[in-house]
Amino acid sequence: MSTPEHVRLDVSAGPPAAGDGAVQAPSPAAAAVRGTVPRRPRPWRRWLEIVLLAGPGTAVFVTFVILPVVMAAYYGFFRWSGYGPPTEFVGLRNYQLILTDGAFLEALGHNAFILVSSLVLQGPVAIAIALLLNRRMRGRSLIRVLIFVPYVLSEVIVAIGFSLMLHTTGAVNDVLERVGLGGLRQDWLADPDVAIWTLVLILVWKYIGFAVILMLAGLQGVPDEVREAAAIDGASYWKTQWYITLPLLGPTVRIWAFLSIIGSLQVFDLVYVIWGQYVANTAGTSTMATYMVANGRISGAYGYGSAVAVVIFLISLAVALVYQRFLLRRDTEGALTGGAA
Amino acid sequence: MTTAATTTRRTRRDPVAGHGGLAAYLVAFALVGLCLAPAVYIVLGGFRTNSQIIQSPAGLPDPWEIGNYLSVLTGSVFWQQLVNSLVAALGTTLGVVVLGLMTSYVIARYPFRAKHAMYSLFAAGLMFPITVAITPLYILVRDLGMTNTMAGIILPQIAFALPTTVIILVPFLRAIPRELEEAAFIDGASRLGFFARMVVPLSLPGVITVGILAFVASWNSYLLPLFLLNDTALYTLPLGVQAFASQYSVDTARVLAFVSLSMIPALVFFSAFERRIVGGLTGAVKG
Repeated sequence: MSTPEHVRLDVSAGPPAAGDGAVQAPSPAAAAVRGTVPRRPRPWRRWLEIVLLAGPGTAVFVTFVILPVVMAAYYGFFRWSGYGPPTEFVGLRNYQLILTDGAFLEALGHNAFILVSSLVLQGPVAIAIALLLNRRMRGRSLIRVLIFVPYVLSEVIVAIGFSLMLHTTGAVNDVLERVGLGGLRQDWLADPDVAIWTLVLILVWKYIGFAVILMLAGLQGVPDEVREAAAIDGASYWKTQWYITLPLLGPTVRIWAFLSIIGSLQVFDLVYVIWGQYVANTAGTSTMATYMVANGRISGAYGYGSAVAVVIFLISLAVALVYQRFLLRRDTEGALTGGAA
Repeated sequence: MTTAATTTRRTRRDPVAGHGGLAAYLVAFALVGLCLAPAVYIVLGGFRTNSQIIQSPAGLPDPWEIGNYLSVLTGSVFWQQLVNSLVAALGTTLGVVVLGLMTSYVIARYPFRAKHAMYSLFAAGLMFPITVAITPLYILVRDLGMTNTMAGIILPQIAFALPTTVIILVPFLRAIPRELEEAAFIDGASRLGFFARMVVPLSLPGVITVGILAFVASWNSYLLPLFLLNDTALYTLPLGVQAFASQYSVDTARVLAFVSLSMIPALVFFSAFERRIVGGLTGAVKG
């Protein structure tokens, strides 16, 4: 700080005697700053800093994220029990087995069902709720907190709570009986026709709060002026929402749908805790991830399990790329590519 | 949210605030009820006896029975698992914040050619959920001799939280005005000095957000501890809840008490940081 002050004092001390002094007068501080910036530190010093600062984080990331993914791709070509180096190279045999295994295809079908029904059930409901809550009402912030509670609870807790409530002699059937809807009693968890719907509804229950919060945040981004202009032009409340608010909510909906899709392809905890590793097959709720754990780790077939992981990854990647290519590009352009620019 | 000018302009047919207030309250009330009902069932169930639960699965406690909660609270299992969960979550949070901030600072503010590649590498990490990597990750951690250690849980959790952290923090750090940096350099600060004295305090809001995200993710993490921890003394709460539920599967009331006690830390944490969590999630999504 001392240098610029000193210069400023000098300049303002007397009337500008020389021509160049007058020219510098408008921004003496700026000129001084430019003049006194120290020379760039020597390259080796800068590289040392870069390595010291970014090295640990990058090392941890590469070791525990990138390396396992590469290892999965490698182990996928072997039949391997997980002990000693993998030696029994089987080429694409694991992949061939996976893609022809009825159990895997069933699991894949369940993931697809979860994906579609989550979008269809959660999307419209979440938007409707967000529109409803996006007005000044008493206790709005409290409501916002409370509908977010399911999202904060761990899937294991949710799974145990629901599996106790949904037993044939559990609370849900009891409530149905009491309100005179005994005809709706179900074997919610074990009936193969019902169980997958049970799973979807639990997922909706757990994640709809997240969707609502996202939509609310998106609605905050819709300027009041736009809606007021529509109102002045005589549009009704619902017309305003339909023609003005919803289209402007597009980016938020697309990002939410993307997260929901990726999440649907990875479902594991809920199924694994509620149905266990074996029952999930007979109840019709197995997912690719539970298939991977049951046929990989638990069967001691690490090569095969790795191959399943690669298949899950490729499916997720393909879905993500297609989605991004066609729907998300406009939205993430700023967020992802702009970040590094 | 609304200025004085807009409120005066509001008339009976107000499109921004909408009408039908009563319907809105009813729907909101029903929604909150649906969201809370399972949690309420769990908490109340813990105050009942098994015979009450069998006779009337959806009834209220009558009489209230605190024995279940007492037996869980006086046993060592719950507290042990609570401590384990805390150690894992705090270790993960600390690691994510320190490593994430250092890495993001380099990507955001050091001029060197590889930084774009580095950013892309971390961004690509978003595509690798832990589910995909878990099998080889287990082998890797085992070969490093870290199964049944907290480090074996914490290090991978840090690694998988880093992509989100970097993506949130880099724009944050880049937004620190260049003039500030130049002023610090003029005062004789090095880049490292600038990092410690200016960047860390200025990026505190972003740091808190990524820290909370990492903490919650670790607190709820199930798959990784499931693969890596066999030693019941190291179980975190999610694993412990599941083990407790299968061990006492006939003692439903006690399971409910255990489950509801293990909900409390997450709920307390959430209500303390609610604004940050919600803001962080929406901020992260909107980029």
